[in-house]
Amino acid sequence: MIKLALAQINTRLGDVEANLEKHLALVEQAHAGGADLLVFPELSLTGYVLQDLAPMVSHHPNDDDPVFRPLLQASQKLDLMVGFVEEDTRNRFFISAAYLSRGQVLHVHRKVYLPTYGLFDEGRFFAWGDSVQAFDTRFGRVGMLICEDFWHASPPYLLWLDGADIFLLHSASPGRGLGADDQLETARWVDHINRAYASLFTSFVIHTNRVGYEDGLHFWGSAAVYDPNGEVLGRGPYDEEALTFVEIDLNQLHRTRARLPLLRDERTALVQREMSRILAGRGSASGR
Amino acid sequence: MKKDLSPDLTIHTDLARRILTGFLRTEITRTGLTRAVLGLSGGVDSALSCFLAAEALGPQNVLAIRMPYKTSSQESLDHAQLVINATGVQSLTIEITPMVEPLFQLYPEISDLRKGNIMARQRMIILYDQSAVFNGLVVGTGNKTEILLGYTTLYGDSACALNPIGDLYKTQVRQLSRALGVPEQIVSKAPTADLWAGQTDEGELGFTYAEVDKLLYLLVDQRYTPQECVQAGFDEPFVKAVVERIRRNQFKRILPPIAKLSNRTVGYDFLYLRDWGT
Repeated sequence: MIKLALAQINTRLGDVEANLEKHLALVEQAHAGGADLLVFPELSLTGYVLQDLAPMVSHHPNDDDPVFRPLLQASQKLDLMVGFVEEDTRNRFFISAAYLSRGQVLHVHRKVYLPTYGLFDEGRFFAWGDSVQAFDTRFGRVGMLICEDFWHASPPYLLWLDGADIFLLHSASPGRGLGADDQLETARWVDHINRAYASLFTSFVIHTNRVGYEDGLHFWGSAAVYDPNGEVLGRGPYDEEALTFVEIDLNQLHRTRARLPLLRDERTALVQREMSRILAGRGSASGR
Repeated sequence: MKKDLSPDLTIHTDLARRILTGFLRTEITRTGLTRAVLGLSGGVDSALSCFLAAEALGPQNVLAIRMPYKTSSQESLDHAQLVINATGVQSLTIEITPMVEPLFQLYPEISDLRKGNIMARQRMIILYDQSAVFNGLVVGTGNKTEILLGYTTLYGDSACALNPIGDLYKTQVRQLSRALGVPEQIVSKAPTADLWAGQTDEGELGFTYAEVDKLLYLLVDQRYTPQECVQAGFDEPFVKAVVERIRRNQFKRILPPIAKLSNRTVGYDFLYLRDWGT
């Protein structure tokens, strides 16, 4: 059994110090609640619509960094997934997620899909990540994705093939699409796809989304955990800050996959063959 | 081929209420203030903004100001009073006649349009002046229909610090107002700018809100082409007139363009949210 804590927090835009303080307070709270892993939302250390603030709030995920040093210390108590702006050695800025455990940075994922359409303008301010990799933790093999990354089917699929049984997804999702339904279209859509990934990949899907407002944008929260059957194991409230504890039983992977061997039967060689054919052809329908 | 498009503009009013009151509370308090000021005309838009602000901030933290001109109808004043009574907000009545009359009298031939704009801007001056006294932000009362159609006075009724209802069409404003308990006579009366006797929005615009809201929803929210709307049965001259109104009034929806000279220019490549640092 693993006890998860999902921190659907509000952030101060561009005020890393204040956001760090909130992270450390939540570490104490989650630790007191017996959590093994605490998951924060996308850009949890900086806020979301950064625009020209991006280069002013960037950090390096290592022990020399004034923000990561205390976070790495905190990770002695429980594992952490945090969101931040990463500046690489050649001064490119990424929207990144770091997984910290027992004083170590186990993995950093750089967002590979930067929405630059509609209300989004990420591609203007950030560099595109170029890798999707699972990694080993004390709970098993894990994969991290950031918001738009999982609006595309391929990143979760790649993580699945790379051995991830636990998908850690986080977002700063601006709510939109108000109709007659009691949820916004965005909330409904994210719930559908996360449930679908859990079912299709017979894996655990853990999603944390922030709350609060930035100018007119509203972030809706509702962090959730889905088991390998696609069932919701726990869910945070809409629109309010909350720390939601959810226990997961990793043996559910055994039970679900004994019943439904989708992973066993996945035909990766066929996928590779067809991908090669499709991408080699001049008629490739889309994509970069 | 005739395609049947009958958009449903119904909204979930509890959800809208939660998001909009949260918006007002958060976006006002993060500036360091706790209070709001708004103009109360007696119409449904400002009534809804007032109900939302009262719920978000507490009625004692909202100042509603009635600003009649000598030709304003008694009904408008009475309806504004109904809103003040129902919400329990603080209120003031400041007559604008002695402020705008001297200007009108300089121009005996002055048009109703000019007078209407002057009155709207005079009300803006009062709201912003009282916002300094009351230590509150000016809350907007313009809806999505009028913003898209440009049926508003620039730096007049459109001036505000933040607007909770600007993404709701008039039809949706009515639906949400009913759900929040805005008195029915305010919700169901014919909308008017009340700049002169007998004026109604729908009379001036030449179409009804019910009609134009459906068309705007298809064109703007659903991205149908004007041609598709005509094929679906909307009157072609009506569609053309609305499309042209949207285009022609874009200037009212943006900040004035600054001529670019330097490497970094406000509006183009100096980009920060208003919430920067909060």
